[in-house]
Amino acid sequence: MPSTMTPLLQVERLETQFPTGPGLVRAVDGVSFAIARGEVLGLVGESGCGKSVTALSIMGLVPAPGRVAAGRILLGGENLLAKDAEAMRRVRGARIAMVFQEPMTALNPVFSIGDQIASAVRAHDGGSRRAAWARAVEMLDRVQVPSPQERARAYPHQLSGGLRQRAMIALALAAGPELLIADEPTTALDVTIQAQILDLLRHLQAERGMAVLMITHDLGVVAEICHRVAVIYAGRIVELAPVTSIFARPLHPYTRGLLRCLPHPSRFGQPLVSIDGIPPDLRQNGAGCRFAPRCPHAIATCQTHEPGLEEREPGHLVACPVTS
Amino acid sequence: MTAPAASSAIVLPAIPSAAARRRPSFRAIFGITVLLLMTGTAVLAPWIAPWDPGRQMLLKRLRPPAWQARGMIEHPLGTDHLGRDILSRILYGGRISLAVGVSSVMLSACIGVTLGLLAGFFGGRADAIIMRVVDVFLAIPYILLAMGVVFALGPSLLNVILVMGLTRWVQFARIVRADVLSIREREFVSGARARGNRSLRLLLRHVLPNALTPIIVVATLELAFMIIYESALSFLGLGVQPPTPTWGWMLSDGRNYIAIAWWLATFPGLAIMLTVLAVNLLGDWLRDTLDPRLQV
Amino acid sequence: MMLSYVVRRLLQSLLVLLGVSVIVFGLLHLTGDPTRLLLPLEAREEDVQQLRALLGLDAPLWVQYLRFLSRAVRGDFGLSFKHQVPAVTLIAQTLPATLQLTAAGLGLALVVAIPAGILAALRRNSLLDAICSVGVLMGQAMPVYWLGLLLILVFAVGLGWFPAAGRDGLASLVLPATCLGAFSMARIARMARSGMLEVLAQDYVRTARAAGLRAFVVTYKYALKNAAIPLVTIIGLEFGILLGGAVITETIFAWPGVGRLAVDAIFSRDYPLVQAIVAVLATLFVLINLLVDLIYTHLDPRIVYVRQAR
Repeated sequence: MPSTMTPLLQVERLETQFPTGPGLVRAVDGVSFAIARGEVLGLVGESGCGKSVTALSIMGLVPAPGRVAAGRILLGGENLLAKDAEAMRRVRGARIAMVFQEPMTALNPVFSIGDQIASAVRAHDGGSRRAAWARAVEMLDRVQVPSPQERARAYPHQLSGGLRQRAMIALALAAGPELLIADEPTTALDVTIQAQILDLLRHLQAERGMAVLMITHDLGVVAEICHRVAVIYAGRIVELAPVTSIFARPLHPYTRGLLRCLPHPSRFGQPLVSIDGIPPDLRQNGAGCRFAPRCPHAIATCQTHEPGLEEREPGHLVACPVTS
Repeated sequence: MTAPAASSAIVLPAIPSAAARRRPSFRAIFGITVLLLMTGTAVLAPWIAPWDPGRQMLLKRLRPPAWQARGMIEHPLGTDHLGRDILSRILYGGRISLAVGVSSVMLSACIGVTLGLLAGFFGGRADAIIMRVVDVFLAIPYILLAMGVVFALGPSLLNVILVMGLTRWVQFARIVRADVLSIREREFVSGARARGNRSLRLLLRHVLPNALTPIIVVATLELAFMIIYESALSFLGLGVQPPTPTWGWMLSDGRNYIAIAWWLATFPGLAIMLTVLAVNLLGDWLRDTLDPRLQV
Repeated sequence: MMLSYVVRRLLQSLLVLLGVSVIVFGLLHLTGDPTRLLLPLEAREEDVQQLRALLGLDAPLWVQYLRFLSRAVRGDFGLSFKHQVPAVTLIAQTLPATLQLTAAGLGLALVVAIPAGILAALRRNSLLDAICSVGVLMGQAMPVYWLGLLLILVFAVGLGWFPAAGRDGLASLVLPATCLGAFSMARIARMARSGMLEVLAQDYVRTARAAGLRAFVVTYKYALKNAAIPLVTIIGLEFGILLGGAVITETIFAWPGVGRLAVDAIFSRDYPLVQAIVAVLATLFVLINLLVDLIYTHLDPRIVYVRQAR
């Protein structure tokens, strides 16, 4: 269960930008949230809204020419952005780990999975090759890979999608991190495997008391596993609340739109609803709420004045002055 | 239960791509300029060359370039062992090199593209046979083959073009075949087939225009190779025969006088290098703008 | 599974060699009447007839080919006209020199080009990268023989550091090896660079970094192995190309190898020797490629499965 002590991870006004030919893309534009120890925070939004970039920013893996332009990322009180390369390297894997979406391309095809996991172990704990290999096998066992001894010697292409993803999780957890960032870990898998992986994640999280940042565009995943949810739109957080509140009483027009779009048995036979308009061009740095052009509740001030996150109910923050 | 995907997702640039630049890079401009220069001078040689390239002025043998002592201003790049003006010979030599280069490329392109198309489109036996033939041609050192054939048939402009065209077609065949194979998989070809087009028409109308891009890129790069190849043959005495000046032949002559007259060998070589460099730059630029994924 | 692949490749190579033999055989018969090529122009008609009978040229073409093939397989290409010794003996005498030159050239090229290419990839857009690019461009544009002449001009005639010709100790190997290797250097550096860049952009490199692996390990253990695989094929091909390039280099530097022998043979119309040389070099090339292919399959665990699926 989430602890009430100081949060494990605190992201404050994070801004990450990519200079492109025509203009500066503000992929993450003032994002703030916190994750407590042992808590699972979901980060929900559509493709291109900045979820993955946020994750990469936390890991310090933003690809060039992108860079973190402003903000702070506090892990147990220390600002990660102030760390040098070697210090950051030690954080990665040992304190924060990341699992990616596409396990086929995310694993090195010319090394066995055991090798890769063992490398991750040795990168932080040193130790002999044998010890690292034993630990790799142990990790594979923990992620419920059958016959881990043999499977450790396999190459990624020899495994099924589900097993590959488990291997990736094993790789991420090998050095015992406190926070796991999972970037769409189930999107590339079929539905039945998705369920298994989610189960596994839930199990591991509970077992280790690990915090998880679950990035997804799938509200179903959110409902299954998250304690709290942050909804992100065009590089900004628009709503942040416990999972039950989000589903029961969504406050931001975008969140409401998302939930309405879900096909529901009670509305069988009626046309599917969608949100009008298209997501904004992240190069435009206009003032005002970014959702305003598509918002059915927009008023004049929405175009000019950017709303900040306000606590509307205890623990439930919204960036919209209009809805209630 | 998923959130609706955006109707037009904003894709974040992951790796900066040089190919996204619209303006041709400095290299490309340099290459194109040099190439135009070379071609222009080659074509206009009879009008702009200061001297008749074959004219021997024995009293002025082995004069160094104009900026050295003993150099003469009317022979800017010096004279060779028979008193012939080097600059003029280079200008005229360019005509041969370019003419041979372009013709051989066209010849090898015709052969290669045709065979590549056949191999790629019909697959199976035809493919296997053609690919083995490709392997055979690749296995034999081209220079020996060229030398042997030219020698058997007699060195002449036509034979040189023939030989070069007949040995280098493999490059085209391979690339065209690969492209055809990948295009074959695509929907619209199946669609055309469903409408009942005959296979040849199918080939020409749908497959060829798409395969055109790599063909152009390969043709440019092959041109560079042909120029070097032709001068190599000339250097060995098997190319176009004198009195027609060719760059390779000039190098061969220059070899004998290397200790006392460095300019004999240096300038023709420089001419070759600049031309080939220009063609390569052009080819690279074409590849980058037309299809950056191309692995040529 | 692996075995069937090996067997298939072997058969392919044999087929290729067969094709090569056809071409080699055909070289002599290109003009229709090889006797004209083999005898001086003033030869009398009886001599021509005699030679024709001697060489079995009155038999039908396919019979001649079969005879040629059966002898060739046993290594018998006849006597060199000029030297009056079996062609293969001459080749055996000169091949070591060529192999030495080619190996030296390739070795030099690899030692310079691979690190240069990899470093250029790691430090993109730096000065090193720019120098590398320029070097590659020039290297690819420069004709081998011109470079040879320049090297002689500068280092042998001008500075006198190395001999200009002949095979005489290690010093004499330097210039020809550099000349031969230069062209390869450019290509290999370019491939190394682009291969490395491509690998570095892959997801698994990101995963490795996300797991906290040291940069050193990520580059040199992980990425390198992935990049090395296509490089191996290229090296094999380069060896073959260099064998061809040796012809010109040996001519310029008067290096007593097979290349120079070939040029000499062609000019002296010594056709049995020419046939023999082409055959031997082609066989070498095919064998090298086969070897490279097998090594590649061993290095990349995916390949066998891909082929199996076809």
